[in-house]
Amino acid sequence: MSKGFAVVVPDRAAVSQYAGLSVGAWRWIGALIAVALAAALPFTVSNYHVFELTMVMIYAIAVLGLNILTGFNGQISLGHGAFFAAGAYTTAILMQRYGVPYWATVLPAGLISFVLGVLFGLPALRFEGPYLALVTLSMALATPQLLKYFDNWTGGVQGINLAKVVPPPGLGLDHDRWLYLLVLVVLIVAIRVAANILHGRTGRALVAIRDHPIAAAAMGINNARYKTLAFGISTLFTGVAGSLAAIVVSYVSPEGYGMFLSIAFLVGSTIGGIATISGALVGGLFIEFVPNFANDISDAAPAALYGLAMLLFMYAMPLGVVGSLAPLFTRWLRQARARGSGRN
Amino acid sequence: MAPILELRGLKAFYGQSQVLHGIDIAVEQGGMAVLLGANGAGKTTTLRAICGMVRSEGEILFGGQPIGQRTSEKVAGLGVAHVPEGRGTFVGLTVEENLRLGAYTRARNPHDGLQRMYGYFPILAERRRQQAGSLSGGEQQMLAIARALMMAPRLLVLDEPSFGLAPRIVEDIFTIVERIRREDGVSVLLVEQNASLALELADYAYLIQTGSVVASGTAKALSDDPQIRRSYLGY
Amino acid sequence: MHQFLQQVFSGLAVGAVYGSVALALVMIYRATDLINFAQGEMAMFSTYIAWTLVNAGLPFWAAFVLTLAISFLGGMTLERIVIRPVENAPVLAAVIVTIGLALIFNSLAGWIYTYTVQEFPSPFPDRPILGALITTNDLGVIIVTLLMLLLLFLFFRFTSTGLAMRAAAQNPVSARLCGIPVGRMLAIGWGLAAAIGATAGIMVAPVLFLDPYMMGGVLLYAFASALLGGIGSPVGAVVGGLIVGVTENLVGTYLIASQLKLTVALVLIILVLVFKPHGLLGTGIVQRV
Repeated sequence: MSKGFAVVVPDRAAVSQYAGLSVGAWRWIGALIAVALAAALPFTVSNYHVFELTMVMIYAIAVLGLNILTGFNGQISLGHGAFFAAGAYTTAILMQRYGVPYWATVLPAGLISFVLGVLFGLPALRFEGPYLALVTLSMALATPQLLKYFDNWTGGVQGINLAKVVPPPGLGLDHDRWLYLLVLVVLIVAIRVAANILHGRTGRALVAIRDHPIAAAAMGINNARYKTLAFGISTLFTGVAGSLAAIVVSYVSPEGYGMFLSIAFLVGSTIGGIATISGALVGGLFIEFVPNFANDISDAAPAALYGLAMLLFMYAMPLGVVGSLAPLFTRWLRQARARGSGRN
Repeated sequence: MAPILELRGLKAFYGQSQVLHGIDIAVEQGGMAVLLGANGAGKTTTLRAICGMVRSEGEILFGGQPIGQRTSEKVAGLGVAHVPEGRGTFVGLTVEENLRLGAYTRARNPHDGLQRMYGYFPILAERRRQQAGSLSGGEQQMLAIARALMMAPRLLVLDEPSFGLAPRIVEDIFTIVERIRREDGVSVLLVEQNASLALELADYAYLIQTGSVVASGTAKALSDDPQIRRSYLGY
Repeated sequence: MHQFLQQVFSGLAVGAVYGSVALALVMIYRATDLINFAQGEMAMFSTYIAWTLVNAGLPFWAAFVLTLAISFLGGMTLERIVIRPVENAPVLAAVIVTIGLALIFNSLAGWIYTYTVQEFPSPFPDRPILGALITTNDLGVIIVTLLMLLLLFLFFRFTSTGLAMRAAAQNPVSARLCGIPVGRMLAIGWGLAAAIGATAGIMVAPVLFLDPYMMGGVLLYAFASALLGGIGSPVGAVVGGLIVGVTENLVGTYLIASQLKLTVALVLIILVLVFKPHGLLGTGIVQRV
């Protein structure tokens, strides 16, 4: 999926014109093509693949949240599975207990995750590096326990079964494809919002805090506020993703939201490119497909192949796929432009 | 006699940017050469290139042998002792441990070397069990030089040894360096901001500006030349 | 009171294991800013090697020493081959590599040895001593761990290689200028960490029983112990481990049954960290601009 790539060209000043159109125009064209392709895609593949691709997009949204926090703001989180769960269970409880229609639960799920993230981000200000890793990891570990404990609300070990989504009549879309397109819309919104935040003042503040917190504070940036905000925004994204996951899968249960999910998010995030937006898509692809792929290849030791894949990706592209390839792409653009103007 | 160190057409790079554009330098056996120039001229980069700390091209000959692509630890093993900018002291270790580390490539039992250093720098003997980080700036500089000398080097490379030190201490340090140069025949390559002091001590001087050597000659010749003094040395 | 002391002593024994693994984590972290998430799985794999040797007829302590040697070499090899490619990459890349390594070891162990839980022999006769306050096994674990720590201390303090390793960890650039082969020091560090992990695994296997998931919980507690003690402090790691071991035991006995034990222990540790964000013995890192 090349969709996100058009949105993020790292060195914006590198090229201002190419073949008669401005970079901005090229970016719009690229984005439109990508969206069109993505929208057409589900009609060319089987139901199961549509489901898989929907999950890819959901994971991408979750990983995008993590990228904002860990990649752009430098606060490591080994606990984003907890916020994914928060969004998922908010949706589940609202749907099952209060009969709220599925599409109306996504925003509340995101907001609750946002609040939880801010509440967590405040004490997290005290920790950095491996200490923050431990604290967030503890959250990931505690989540299944807590979900089982409050079984009055969460349905305990059995989880909550949700009614399968019925696509609106008259569109001619079946269940899987309707949900795919719905999630696609949310993904596009999420990418736009992330791009706006990260390419603007807030984004620059976040990066400044990541790279040189003392200088940032000396320049008048309120570190505490931005770091807490980063947490909230990050968990908002991941919470929304969790909510969508609950809707698509029609089921939530405590065991699905433990340590492995949190670590999978971090792995996907790093492999895609932790300080990028489009890397989140690569991360989503990795999380959804590589474990299955490993299972297909090897009966005996699929996890070993999964682990091996992680090693190979890091050797080849230590900054992540997008993180490593994007600078090369920019350099190619610059050289192409130099060649072009040299000829003129 | 061939120079102990020769740089021919040395280029150096930090990532994509080229910082040195073809440096030619020679240090005579037992002599002292000084690199002068403004901040950012490339003096420290030259020293780093010699010790394999930055990517470089061109020829670096030590004792006639090319050492251009060798790693820092190999260069040290050949007898080049580099006292970097900022001293590079192991602040978490004791004074004596710092000195012992200097002898890593030499004796298994550095006892004699230690006694010699304590003779040159009595203050270090006093503080031998103290954490190196708790020493004053001047004492740390002495420690750094002593550590370098524990290696029994053929070439001593000093990067701004007078930086941040009171003039009295600087005098003491250079007196000892001179003494060791005479007694052991150690060659010295020096980078110094304090141009007048450096020109008093050195045999030969090179003036570096934005990555190239713009003037060179005996120290006396450079310090006598009024134009150079005025343009580059500020007095 | 009697039961309390019993729990404290058995807590010290398991705490010694946590402290050992925590020490291995701190050793590698000090040199490279990297938390080796594969430390537990490496230890588990070493324990399986010991198990294989014992089953092949080797006397226990011979198997123990041989396993330590194999683990040491294995650790060095891992560092040179698996970690070296990312040594100049951002730390996060190396973290992912260690996570992948953990998966590989776990999966390999399950494939070679199956996931069936195995018994692991204890070299110490199962007899309570000191008026049934502590079992021989627990005392043996504590003594073996103390011996190992003593040897490590002597190595780092009084040998030139130990000194060179400490220098390489603190200031690799200066170490190179002294002629110290920093890469090799790093490899030796990994080798030692692997050997320490192997010791911990062998000591704890008789109690936890041997299966590929044996060290998962131990790694978690070890990570928490290292942070509790202060991630830069080797002494802190061991002290942290002992505290966590005793706390875990007491919490499990007097407060909550096993399900929430981990959560409660972590909450307590985090509470301490809130007041001391750099651990009990850690010093805040002074940032110079």
